[in-house]
Amino acid sequence: MSASTQQPSTTGAFISLIKRDLMLSYRHRNELLNPLLFFVIVVTLFPLGVSPEKQLLQTMAPGVIWVAALLAAMLSLDTLFKSDYEDGTLEQMMLSPHSNAVLVLAKIFSHWLVTGVPIILMAPLLGIFMFLPAEAVSTLMLTLLLGTPILSLVGAIGMALTLGLNRGGMLLSLLVLPLYIPVLIFSANAVDASMAGLEIKGQLYFLEALLVLSITLAPLAAAAALKISVE
Amino acid sequence: MTDAAAGLHLKSISCTRGYRDLFTDLEFKLCPGQVLRIEGKNGSGKTSLLRIMAGLAQPLQGEVLWQGRKIHHAESDYFQNLLFLGHRAAIKFELTPIENLCMARSLYGTTDENGIEDALYKVGLYGFEDIPCAQLSAGQKRRVALAQLFLTKAKCWILDEPYTSLDVAAIAMFEELFTQHISNGGMLAITSHQPVTLEVGEQYRLLLPNTQLETLS
Repeated sequence: MSASTQQPSTTGAFISLIKRDLMLSYRHRNELLNPLLFFVIVVTLFPLGVSPEKQLLQTMAPGVIWVAALLAAMLSLDTLFKSDYEDGTLEQMMLSPHSNAVLVLAKIFSHWLVTGVPIILMAPLLGIFMFLPAEAVSTLMLTLLLGTPILSLVGAIGMALTLGLNRGGMLLSLLVLPLYIPVLIFSANAVDASMAGLEIKGQLYFLEALLVLSITLAPLAAAAALKISVE
Repeated sequence: MTDAAAGLHLKSISCTRGYRDLFTDLEFKLCPGQVLRIEGKNGSGKTSLLRIMAGLAQPLQGEVLWQGRKIHHAESDYFQNLLFLGHRAAIKFELTPIENLCMARSLYGTTDENGIEDALYKVGLYGFEDIPCAQLSAGQKRRVALAQLFLTKAKCWILDEPYTSLDVAAIAMFEELFTQHISNGGMLAITSHQPVTLEVGEQYRLLLPNTQLETLS
């Protein structure tokens, strides 16, 4: 056997997988809008349903925006591995000489770019809409920036586990929602605290720790789960 | 390579599906320059066997060795030398043939894009390279998937029904490619309902659920 002249480059595979996923999302751009629209609609319905009173909306805002973001993130998980699973691309990914966890991380990252980032960018608008003061809006964006990747990473594990099931939707939310709750608590609390002019370092440290933990462990867990689902 | 460990070795593999035994104690060795044709009725376990060989599925018993090492211990070496094409073609309908092949290349090995247009020309898709695969016919989609065979450096090809929806001319072309691959010391495991007529190498036939190997040439 001749020595292979070119070692396959994992970084190259990582980058081209992200590029491909972004290209695929671009060609399905109307589907992309769904989670974002959901996010916007849920938040805008609250003042109509509850009360347009400034005081009340301000108190509810962190929780409402975060809950909506969390549900929107969960809604978007469905697109993460489904089409790759159905057309056999996932099998080919599992058979590539690269580390599966790295490829899974690439998929999660591109998924976050098209679902998480729009939510972060839309959040200030909704924050102002709910009468959040400026410093709370920036905290909201910061918590979303730290929090939405965690939602995508943890959600990927759940999605990978329920991939082979016909109706995995309900099971997915049962699996994933409890794991989302710490993110929700610390994030909403941080926005609340910054509205009250309090220190938010503690909550942010927690979110950062959760983010680091999920970036390191979630791709491994998701890759292992995908291996089982493909079988 | 001449040492005894070369190739893919299946050691007393058993496989069940649900409560049905598909095959038990299957044993064979696929060495460089050999072709294994797996035949059998629908549901006799051809695809299951190929998936076990590729490491996608676990056998109930037994193990698969690549160059003398268990495939799960030699994953990166094995996967670098393996090309598995299953029923599902792993073709993205939204992408053009070129984009599909670029992706397949970077998943497997190199990111260099040389040869992709050439491969598409060889499989008769010249002029279709910039059209989304959704607009191609079933046979043309199959050709896109099989164009990978022109690009790969993998030694061991595992192909599940590669001829599905191909026309006669395309089948002849791929048979020529298989012949070339085998005479260059490649390995080929193939299932097909159409007759496979290759004139090189040592050819074996496995007629599932019978686990005895027949020598054809």
